[in-house]
Amino acid sequence: MRKTTLLKTLTASMSAAALLIGAVNAQAATKVGFVYVGPVGDHGWSYQHDQGRLELVKEMGSDVETTFVESVPEGADAERVIRKLAGSGHDVIFTTSFGYMNPTLKVAKQFPNVKFEHATGYKRADNISTFSGRFYEGRAVIGTIAGHMSKTGVAGYIASFPIPEVIRGINAFTLAMRKVNPEAQVKVVWVNSWFDPGKEGDATKALIDQGADIITQHTDSPAPLQVAEARGVHAFGQATDMSAFAPNAHLTAIVNNWGPYYIKQTKAAIDGSWKSTDSWVGLKGGMVKMAPYGSAVSADAKTAADAVVAGIIDGSLHPFQGPINNQKGEQVTKQGETVAIGELLGMNWYVEGVQGELPK
Amino acid sequence: MTLDFIVLALLTIITAATPLVFAAMGELITEKSGVLNLGVEGMMLTGAVTGFASVFFFESAIVACIAAMLAGTLTALLFAFLVLTLQASQVATGLALTIFGVGLSALLGQNMVGIAYEGLPTLSIPYLTELPIVGKLLFGQDFLVYLSLALPFLVAWFLYRTRAGLILRAVGDSHDAAHAIGYPVIRIRYCATLFGGAMAGLAGAYLSLVYSPMWVENMTAGRGWIALALVVFATWRPWRLFLGAYLFGGITILQLHAQAVGINIASQFMSMLPYIITIVVLVLISRDRNKIKLNAPACIGKPFHPAA
Amino acid sequence: MIRLERRSESSRAMTYLSPILALVLTLLAGIALFSAMGVSPSAALYTFFVEPVTTVYGLTELGVKATPLILIGVALSIGFRCNVWNIGAEGQLTLGAIFGSAVALYFYEVEGFWLLPLMLVAGIIGGMAWAAIPALLRTRFNSSEILTSLMLTYVATLLLSYLVHGPFRDPDGYNFPESRIFHDSAILPIIFDGSRLHLGFALALLVVVAGWILISRSLIGFQLRVMGNAPAAGNYAGFSQKAMIWLSLMLGGGAAGLAGVIEVSGPIGQLLPQISPGYGFTAIIVAFVGRLHPVGVLFAGLLMALSYLGGENAQINLNLPLAVTGVFQGMLLFLLLACDVLIHYRIRFGKRSAIS
Repeated sequence: MRKTTLLKTLTASMSAAALLIGAVNAQAATKVGFVYVGPVGDHGWSYQHDQGRLELVKEMGSDVETTFVESVPEGADAERVIRKLAGSGHDVIFTTSFGYMNPTLKVAKQFPNVKFEHATGYKRADNISTFSGRFYEGRAVIGTIAGHMSKTGVAGYIASFPIPEVIRGINAFTLAMRKVNPEAQVKVVWVNSWFDPGKEGDATKALIDQGADIITQHTDSPAPLQVAEARGVHAFGQATDMSAFAPNAHLTAIVNNWGPYYIKQTKAAIDGSWKSTDSWVGLKGGMVKMAPYGSAVSADAKTAADAVVAGIIDGSLHPFQGPINNQKGEQVTKQGETVAIGELLGMNWYVEGVQGELPK
Repeated sequence: MTLDFIVLALLTIITAATPLVFAAMGELITEKSGVLNLGVEGMMLTGAVTGFASVFFFESAIVACIAAMLAGTLTALLFAFLVLTLQASQVATGLALTIFGVGLSALLGQNMVGIAYEGLPTLSIPYLTELPIVGKLLFGQDFLVYLSLALPFLVAWFLYRTRAGLILRAVGDSHDAAHAIGYPVIRIRYCATLFGGAMAGLAGAYLSLVYSPMWVENMTAGRGWIALALVVFATWRPWRLFLGAYLFGGITILQLHAQAVGINIASQFMSMLPYIITIVVLVLISRDRNKIKLNAPACIGKPFHPAA
Repeated sequence: MIRLERRSESSRAMTYLSPILALVLTLLAGIALFSAMGVSPSAALYTFFVEPVTTVYGLTELGVKATPLILIGVALSIGFRCNVWNIGAEGQLTLGAIFGSAVALYFYEVEGFWLLPLMLVAGIIGGMAWAAIPALLRTRFNSSEILTSLMLTYVATLLLSYLVHGPFRDPDGYNFPESRIFHDSAILPIIFDGSRLHLGFALALLVVVAGWILISRSLIGFQLRVMGNAPAAGNYAGFSQKAMIWLSLMLGGGAAGLAGVIEVSGPIGQLLPQISPGYGFTAIIVAFVGRLHPVGVLFAGLLMALSYLGGENAQINLNLPLAVTGVFQGMLLFLLLACDVLIHYRIRFGKRSAIS
């Protein structure tokens, strides 16, 4: 009995102190923290997450108070930053890079009342949800456009690192492109960086010089689009609408649209309905969006692309629908089947039509 | 087809090598005077952001380049004041300058992310530029490329054919002797360091106005460090430096081409090539001990204070 | 007009006062910077320098962050004393992490007290092996270690990338680029319960002591000093420059390798594509701010680590962008380096007076 009263006084005085400290801020605001792997000024992955954060602020106004920490390295520092956010009264914490998976897990154990949201990973706990976009759906859309728009039948793909996410994108793009043009080939150049405008541009030039007349990328900067614009070929934006950088070359972009998810999860945390889930959301849920078509996109391509978007949304079309052949021409997925989800998650082989061999 | 292809590849290599030529040539002059400035990356970034902002403000590419050079010069002035006037450690101050420059450029560029610029105009001479093969290569570049091609001539001429160049080298080789003869060692080193800053700023402007015309944080992606390495690679000779920049740029581009062809080697190993080949070539040219000694400024990195 | 006048002997008082003066100047500069950014200077300075260490956990994190900086800084400062410019410690750190992880992953099924020491030794060997390349090229082919050690850093990063995307990848990790999480017996013991402060910090302190003894009490330290200050005199005395180059690079490489394996077996616990946010480069500054003395390096490493923690805090508490931290760190370092001028010189203003 005495214990409870003591506890009560203690909590009361502590919350009074908290009130004093937070007097300037709105008292009831829910604190939401974000951890970014790059600078918000990268105009790519982290920039887009920050756009999501701003959307959250716009939607919820003074009900939320957001904090972000940028350029947090995926090594020993991540755990400290996440813990710092959890320890300073943040109720929901979004950790927005794969490399934060184990640090998030460690911190979540120590802060059972804080809700953690980890992007692109696969480990969950009672207070950790995972989320990611089905970006490969967007790749299927741009692959379809590429099949229609490419005259040489050769597409150039600027890739960052050989992780499943990137390989899945290459395959989805290639499958869609070859559905339109069965002879199409996709050339891949790895720049071994998420972000190096100069090198991304150079890779684009190399691909164009070798016959590619349509360019797509899985790196962050708009440099490939600028090169495409200068060389008079077509290209697709990555993560964000990049048409400002290439008004003629830009056909469309796969936009990472995190805002709605951030709003939904924050609201769930506030009203108590938050549960640990795995959300892999695509075009249907709006986490992946297509930017408006550029003026160069032909009527055929538009119709076909719209049909792919509609098919994916109503479930009648899956980007990894059989028959699918691997590079050796062996059928790996039969007619009428789709690639299993576990296989998609850890994809490390190329489909037929991709040139070059995947480093093992 | 093959010839066309070579021309196209060369065009790409020129763009990749040009910023390295600027930044490294500036650093070469700085080092020849006996000052080691490891802050090239920071100065380049400051130049890049200033150049990009200025091109919108002044609506002139040339003014933007001058502004970028000024910004580079100012950061170099800060460095020079610390190491020349206050005798701070050159290596450490240079590294601190890099940290400072990365932060400063990000701060200045906060509102410029996502803005597009169409890039510097390229030369277009009727008939000449349309010539097959050599047309675009020789007569279709922007003015900065021509400047970078002139630079090794100018620097070599300055260092080895002018009195000022002789004095600069003397200051770098033996500041005590130069001081005894009556040369203003500190003032000369200031000038050389500021020139290095201006060139690094220009290299930054080349990145943000031509190479990939935009501003994003850290867009130099380590090119300042490569420029530093190239000066050593060149054993402080302007022409060797120029070739080194093209060698490094060339291998970087060729490995991308090799990947596009579909070569069956892990891309990480392909990306290592420029670094490994640079080391191998350095080993080949530096085996002769005497040759190097003649070129390396003997006083590099050493503080100078005139004995009272 | 600022003029320096050399002191007849270096000022003992200034040896200790100059960092304090630098900190005072940094506070003043900080007030200007933060006011310009529209934040309360007192809150900002408190966030940077005090708040990170107001809790026990904060103090232990300071130790975690400073460990690699101190380890590498002490070893590099020994090389810098005799003008061996190893600026590739970052690459040597990476190789140390790779070698140490290779042992941990090879013996993934095996537990044993010997595993951790073996990993640490492997890490040291890895770092030394990577540093041996510039040492060999310098002594055998006269190639500048500035270039070779820097270039090898890029090679090391790419090698690490290849390994975590390929052979070292967690077989149950959906092909994501990271190794398995190390076994408990491959993880450094925690020396302070409830924190992440690991045995590596104690090792770093030991290295500080060892470095101190080496430079002040041993013949090698004497040789290093002579070779640094007067190479010609060193040659007459029969000291070998080659030996000094090898020694410097082996010490630097070994310490960096040790720092690398400590990172993966300490706070990280597995091999990742990125294990160091540039510790190998930051340690160079730390070495100089610490005036190339092990004890100075210890303090410089802690101060540098504090400024990183402060930068994180400034983002969390004050919503200051990271860019401001960079500018502020730059100013702090400039002032620390500049104030050391007072040890050897007096500052005089105005025109040169008549020569006495």
